[in-house]
Amino acid sequence: MSTMTFLMLAATFLPLLGALGLLAVPKENRRAFEVGAVAITIVSFLMSVPFWFDALGMAGEMHKVQWAWAVDWIPSMGVKFSVGMDGISLILWLLTTFLGPIGAACSWGNIDERHKEYYVWLLVLQTSMLGVFIVQDMFVFYVFWEIMLVPMYFLIGIWGGPQKLYAAIKLFLYTLGGSVLMLVAILAIYFLQHTATGTYDFSIASFQAMASTIAQQSHTFQILIALAFFVGFAIKVPMFPFHTWLPDAHVQAPTAGSVILAGILLKMGTYGFLRFMLPIVPNATKELLPWFVALSIIGIIYGALVAMIQKDMKKLVAYSSVSHLGLCMLGMFAFNPNAMKGALFQMVNHGISTPGLFLAVSVVYERRHTRMIADYGGLSKTMPVYATIFMIMTMSSIGLPGLNGFIGEFAILAGTFQTWPWAAVLATTGIILGAAYMLWMYQRVMFGPINAVNAEMADLNTREILVFAPLVVAAFWLGLYPKPLMTLLEAPVAKLVEQVSPGYHAAARLAEVQAKAAATGMRGMEAPPEAHGAAAGEGHAVAAPEGHAAPAAGAKAPEHGGH
Amino acid sequence: MTPLWLIPVLPLLGSAFNGFFGKRAGKGVVSAVAVGTVALSFILSLVAFFAMQGAAGHRLEATYYEWMATGGLSVPFGLVVDPLSGTMMLVITGIGALIHLYSVGYMHEDEGYARFFCYLNLFVFFMLMLVMGSSLPLLFVGWEGVGLCSYLLIGFYFETDYAPAAGLKAFLFNRVGDLGVAIGMMALFGMFGTLTVSGILTQAGHLSPEAGWGLLTFATLMLFVGATGKSAQIPLYLWLPDAMAGPTPVSALIHAATMVTSGIYLICRLAPLFSLTPHTLTVIAWVGGATALFAATIGLVQRDIKKVLAYSTVSQLGYMFLGLGSAGYAAGFFHVFTHAWFKALLFLGAGSVIHAMHHEQDLFRMGGLKSKLPITFVTMLLATIAIMGFPPFSGFFSKDEILYLAYLKNPALWAIGVLGACCTSFYMWRLMALAFWGEPRDHHAFEHAHESPWTMTAPLAVLAVGAVFAGFWGIPKAFGGSFAIEGFLAPALTFGQSHGAHAGHHEGPAWLLAGISTTLGIASGAFGWWMYKDGLAKGEALGAKLPGLHVVLLNKYFVDEAVEAYLLRPVRWFGNLMWKLVDVILIDGIGVNLPGALTRVAGDFTALFQTGRVRNYALTMGLGALLLLYVFLK
Repeated sequence: MSTMTFLMLAATFLPLLGALGLLAVPKENRRAFEVGAVAITIVSFLMSVPFWFDALGMAGEMHKVQWAWAVDWIPSMGVKFSVGMDGISLILWLLTTFLGPIGAACSWGNIDERHKEYYVWLLVLQTSMLGVFIVQDMFVFYVFWEIMLVPMYFLIGIWGGPQKLYAAIKLFLYTLGGSVLMLVAILAIYFLQHTATGTYDFSIASFQAMASTIAQQSHTFQILIALAFFVGFAIKVPMFPFHTWLPDAHVQAPTAGSVILAGILLKMGTYGFLRFMLPIVPNATKELLPWFVALSIIGIIYGALVAMIQKDMKKLVAYSSVSHLGLCMLGMFAFNPNAMKGALFQMVNHGISTPGLFLAVSVVYERRHTRMIADYGGLSKTMPVYATIFMIMTMSSIGLPGLNGFIGEFAILAGTFQTWPWAAVLATTGIILGAAYMLWMYQRVMFGPINAVNAEMADLNTREILVFAPLVVAAFWLGLYPKPLMTLLEAPVAKLVEQVSPGYHAAARLAEVQAKAAATGMRGMEAPPEAHGAAAGEGHAVAAPEGHAAPAAGAKAPEHGGH
Repeated sequence: MTPLWLIPVLPLLGSAFNGFFGKRAGKGVVSAVAVGTVALSFILSLVAFFAMQGAAGHRLEATYYEWMATGGLSVPFGLVVDPLSGTMMLVITGIGALIHLYSVGYMHEDEGYARFFCYLNLFVFFMLMLVMGSSLPLLFVGWEGVGLCSYLLIGFYFETDYAPAAGLKAFLFNRVGDLGVAIGMMALFGMFGTLTVSGILTQAGHLSPEAGWGLLTFATLMLFVGATGKSAQIPLYLWLPDAMAGPTPVSALIHAATMVTSGIYLICRLAPLFSLTPHTLTVIAWVGGATALFAATIGLVQRDIKKVLAYSTVSQLGYMFLGLGSAGYAAGFFHVFTHAWFKALLFLGAGSVIHAMHHEQDLFRMGGLKSKLPITFVTMLLATIAIMGFPPFSGFFSKDEILYLAYLKNPALWAIGVLGACCTSFYMWRLMALAFWGEPRDHHAFEHAHESPWTMTAPLAVLAVGAVFAGFWGIPKAFGGSFAIEGFLAPALTFGQSHGAHAGHHEGPAWLLAGISTTLGIASGAFGWWMYKDGLAKGEALGAKLPGLHVVLLNKYFVDEAVEAYLLRPVRWFGNLMWKLVDVILIDGIGVNLPGALTRVAGDFTALFQTGRVRNYALTMGLGALLLLYVFLK
């Protein structure tokens, strides 16, 4: 095991070890749990930072699983405890370690009972989420995927709001239902693999290698596998119409629960699509694509419309997630590098801006114990620092250029436009509505005359500013200098696109060469006299658009692209 | 070479300083930082401007790093100074510095002094990014950034109800336009595979004009949608009059001189592309012409001095688009340039009046201020003469060139333009007469009125010089001039291609057209002045004679009400319906909770048998045994 692999495992399991350590502390020591949880997650984050630089150093290789290591677990079933990350896992893993300390630190102000259990569950949750992103074995993946649900269930069920049990059970049943469907798909492929190769192997790579075998199975089989994966992951994302657990869970969850739910848990769904559904059943996915695109579009617009009329701030932000994740899914289903990279970028963005918004809601909730928009107004007057940070998070969420949200949205829309122009145009409606509901909420909460109760509210304290600070820095950094993250995504996305549409890149390269040839012809034509130039110009005018249209054509009809 | 990046970064630093430390630093430091950074930027812009004129192809370009890079899309972070952006830079930093100075006086007593300058400096930064950005995405950063600053500054008096609402309205209307720009960019990226301005224009040079409604026309139309948002044209003009809720210097800088002209700038920037799409140009010309007349008619009856000027701005922007649509990019841009002087001056003058009258904006409560505010009066008078198009003041040359080109495109457009110009003359002279002539209608405010401090009057004087003389930069060829501005802008507008700028066929009765429009303008101005110079009586009598028209104009054609009734209310209603019907009833009710409830009912029902009492079990067992006996023995 290399040092980096050890570090990866250490960063992943440190929260769990820390949780075990905290179990030994008597439960009266509230401060010990608070400080302990923050310290443990910060150390875990610091341990994860070197991976960013290591990965940037070998960005061209990030489509492969790096820092890999494996040990047999249940040999008779082909189960290995194998770990490692490619570029896609890495960024989500880093997002998780990044949000860990924020989740722990924001809990200081709103958890008033049973501190020991709370922070222990929070740390267990952290390890289970980190585990999902590093494992390279289907079986172990499923174990982590399910374990994750337990701490979340308790976080909402014990420390949640008035309807916490309804919300917790709903969350549990929904996601469990999705997981079981996913399990059925996994087992079907597992046994198919045994029939085809005679071996039992749970490794994700071997599952992805099954794509060609699956493509030879019956049409119904392929569609059923695709649908099982789709429903399983769509619930987690959540896509319309599987989304109604989300507003309930968010509204009832304690702040850290909302932060982690929005920041990481929802990304599990999108991660599942990228890791399993698209590479394993590309043909069936493509066949069902119009439906998926339609659901994404409905999610974008529907989520935005419903968010607009919410009176509860948390519910509004929750519905905005439905809308934003719809955009992510649309980018993913566009099946070209720009849109897919945009979708991944947008996952990270959503993991920054939405937790920021939930934190912003919790700040006023902790002071006034209400989340109703109508109870506030004019807070800018007494809380200028809060007003500024809330504004930055709002702008990040609605995609103001210069902040992170814009880069992802733009890449998604530009990429989608190449494949599904009308879908891209429809998606922009959601972006207009997004500005409308966010700024309308901001206006009603922060502007206008202030009443006597709210005039007493204190501005952010140092701890709160420190909790927001990393999110604000990340929002600016990704908005102003998105290149490193985009570079990391380059190779894995290229591989993914190739898995989904074999021959895509060859076709794109061909188009590029053609375009270049056309451009060279153009340059030569500047010298000759008017008449000749005009005649040649017409010919090239036709040639150039053809050359650029080729990538899109390649995406739609990959079998024409040469291998 | 001048470090170009310093030009936008200086105001950004000023903004950051005032944002973080402004409250503690005190008003003196805040003013010095705010005015100083913009003034320094102006000096650097001047240096860059002259360096640019000596540079090859009249173009300075600096690329700093690769900003966005995904697959085929690579966007450098680069800045460009060419005749087009250079002129805009001088306007932004020059007039910007004057307005900053003016604000020192105007905002002196405001609690949010530091916050105001923080936003205003930030605006200058984004506006400079907009004009200097070498690629469309970078331009878009500035484009949305100025929208943000506009939002913040319109809602500056955030403790009121109306100001934040106006800010939100501005942001959302702009957002609609911004998405037009975004879609246009995507379409251009799809066609050209690049988003740098030079890359697009180089490739566009090899295309022939698009006869039908193709992709290129779609792209340019989408960009024009963006322009209608930012530059307040029909149908997205509704936000600008409301935007007057912001402090008056903001109205002068953002909503008159600079930001609202960025739509024209965008089209000029991509002029060779628009020349390829004649259909788009026709649409632009008609939208511009319609807006010019439509907004001017609303301006005829407004009572709020700033609202009159706001509708005037919408109308003047319409003229600029009319010029662009008639393929007169230089003419349209020329009007941007002259308008920046006289409209900024009019707004600052109005601010001076409002300041003197203790925040009274109602023209019907002013009157007779001529003697009390001599500097404000004289400078505003000069601006009024400039905007009505009286030769040889600046507005005459630019407006006349536009009307002339409109005539060449379609005489009907010319007629609309002249009609609008008559309205312009009328409402401007009405405004002047109501504010400065006649008897004071609010004696208390009149008694206390006083001329503004030098920080406010000095900018008025400087702007007045521009309002009078700026037109000499482009004396049209028909009047023996050389239309120098066209030659100056040519490197940017044509981008080395033949069909970029207006071809310059000057045929048609130029003198006659100018004579008609000027005569009619003077007549309407005189009429407006005569109607209102002695008070409100004559105006009210006229309004009573045309009650229908008066009500429609007074209520701005009821467009706001229609938008509320036919767009906003249905959207909210639909959102509510979706939530209640789909989420609460269908998905959660029937899809989730009903199966849950059925399970529970079924469980409760079967639980009835699990009573735990032996006698119940014995009874059921007995009954069951009897039943079996019956079945078998039968």
